[in-house]
Amino acid sequence: MLGAILALTALAVAFGLLLGYASVRFRVESDPIVDKVDSILPQTQCGQCGFAGCRPYAEAIASGEADINRCPPGGETVIMALADLLGVDPKPLDEEVGEEKTRMVAFIDEPICIGCTLCFQACPVDAIAGAAKQMHTIIESECTGCELCVEPCPVDCIYMIPLRESPNTWKWPFPEKEQKA
Amino acid sequence: MTRKLWHFPGGLHLPDNKALSNGRPSAVAAVPERLIIPLQQHIGAPAKPLVSVGEKVLKGQKLARPEGYVSAPVHASSSGTVVAIEDHPVPHPSGLSAPCIIIETDGEDRWTELTPHPDYQQLDSSELRNIIREAGIVGLGGAGFPAFIKLNPGSRTAVDALIINGAECEPYITCDDMLMRERADEVIDGVRIMRHALQAKQCLIGIEDNKPEALAAIRDALERLGEKSIEVVEVPTRYPTGGEKQLIKVLTGKEVPSQGLPIDIGIVCHNVATAASVHHAVERGEPLISRLVTISGHGAAEPQNLEVRVGTPIASLLEQAGGVKAVHYKLVMGGPMMGFELQDAKLPVIKTTNCLLLASAEDMPQRGPVRSCIRCGECAKVCPALLLPQQLYWYARARDFDKAQDYNLFDCIECGCCAYVCPSNLPLVQYYRFAKTEIWAQEREKRASDKARERHEFRVFRQEREKEERAARHKAKAKAVQGNGDEDAKKAAIQAAMERAKAKREAAGSEPKNTENLTEAQQKQIDEAEERRKASQQADAQEHAKED
Repeated sequence: MLGAILALTALAVAFGLLLGYASVRFRVESDPIVDKVDSILPQTQCGQCGFAGCRPYAEAIASGEADINRCPPGGETVIMALADLLGVDPKPLDEEVGEEKTRMVAFIDEPICIGCTLCFQACPVDAIAGAAKQMHTIIESECTGCELCVEPCPVDCIYMIPLRESPNTWKWPFPEKEQKA
Repeated sequence: MTRKLWHFPGGLHLPDNKALSNGRPSAVAAVPERLIIPLQQHIGAPAKPLVSVGEKVLKGQKLARPEGYVSAPVHASSSGTVVAIEDHPVPHPSGLSAPCIIIETDGEDRWTELTPHPDYQQLDSSELRNIIREAGIVGLGGAGFPAFIKLNPGSRTAVDALIINGAECEPYITCDDMLMRERADEVIDGVRIMRHALQAKQCLIGIEDNKPEALAAIRDALERLGEKSIEVVEVPTRYPTGGEKQLIKVLTGKEVPSQGLPIDIGIVCHNVATAASVHHAVERGEPLISRLVTISGHGAAEPQNLEVRVGTPIASLLEQAGGVKAVHYKLVMGGPMMGFELQDAKLPVIKTTNCLLLASAEDMPQRGPVRSCIRCGECAKVCPALLLPQQLYWYARARDFDKAQDYNLFDCIECGCCAYVCPSNLPLVQYYRFAKTEIWAQEREKRASDKARERHEFRVFRQEREKEERAARHKAKAKAVQGNGDEDAKKAAIQAAMERAKAKREAAGSEPKNTENLTEAQQKQIDEAEERRKASQQADAQEHAKED
């Protein structure tokens, strides 16, 4: 009897130490679920979800503070992927945050630009090139279409235009509806 | 001696309809008034223009240079003036526009200066590849992959076999057939050059047995040239023998691994027309500016083959081929199995245009209504890539792209055999194309979002760093002004400041003036002034000391 108690206690202590050591030795710095959620989000950094960017939103989702349907640029695809990842039911996009739109890029009407630098202070991905009192321009390949530069422009020279489709980015359409014979 | 041949799985016997267009010798198409030359006629990055609007160009002059490794230049197909560099509709299933160089021809058709290399054996592999790259040669069988890349075996030193594809398995198309009949010597010379570049151990030319004239012509030419190391192999006619992987299987019995390339098993495969253009590029120095194009189908008044300059509008070509006789027809680029419909005849002929099919209802009958899949399995029987077309169809339809890839969607060569035999008339290939382009788009988006994340994180890091730097600067300044109560440090700081000011004054050249040749009275006045200043400075210093 006493032998058994001692043996079990010894085992418990041994495993406890082992687990304690492992939790220190193999500590994971960031929450892996946050990384997974962040990798699904479209990284527009637009803040339409009410958070300061994709990463803060991912953190809020991971901690259960925010719902999965607050990302308009990601739309249905992102909601489905998040629902899949987190094992929750998908739901339609929250109307409060906006609606799913086609991918846009910002465009600066260069003759109007006064070189105030306000837009590139707002750009979350440094996709605007320029300097004070010099004309600014959008680096199209880097623009995420977040629209954050549109508001600060004092002369309203930034427009959002739909992303131009080329033969290289074109997608075959889904075959037409099958007719029932 | 007959060679042992293998079979690829699946495939179909199709009515070939080649007699329609191979009955008459090929002709040379006239120089059109306007040439529309797309900057991208190949797989890879579009070429970068080297000419500007208004510039006069000569035939064969390079118009745009390749951008990056996987790319090809484009050349002027005739002499004239560049009138525009702008977006123009190009032959592509999307019907979209892409950047093109538009030339108004002057009718002189004057060549630019060419540099031929008649003795190719003096050149090494990399020099030959460079000539072929500069000549803008791409795979003329249909895919348009830059040819010089396939002539670079990379780290693999030995290439077992160079296979030349003269199978031309798709119905209606006869441009390779006519090329082999009429210009066998050019084809063989090109093959010799490619073989020299690759140092391939053996070299085979595969031709389907429905082209006896081409087989005879190539055999004759080989005999005449005394070329014994190139072997012509007659392969059974079966669609799609002309597929690279299928032809390799038939000739060597080897299979190209899933998602791999022929070079992975020591084989390189090129088309006969590519070989002929390699001959032109090396022996004559001529870039790829024209090709043989089949005009066929029951909608064409005079089906035939024409040597056409790249950039020729299709409409002018059809005019030369006797026009259109059918009222209802579809204009298809490529064959009836793998081709795609073009919106109109304003589009130009490009390097990969092997056939223009004026398809009447007789050629491409309207498929019946689409019904549900009955799981008969016919599609799997005919698939030459040993895929499960039905599974791919279900997953593509359900947009379950991960699953579709698990079923090797990207090994599908889009030959159309499955759709051809489908009793329910399902547009199977269109589902696969839909799934493939969706997957590519998702990959592009993923790359873009990864880049955006990286840029955003760097921006946050940079802002943080700038803030810290600013704070550190302020702190250092504040410390310097306030000092730490230590009298000596303070004095040292004042001294340092005074020295700095002095150095600055000296640098600015503000030294005391008129200090030489003074009278005694003047000197005395100055000394007094100096005394006064010293006294007042001392008083100031004492006052400061008291305050502290």
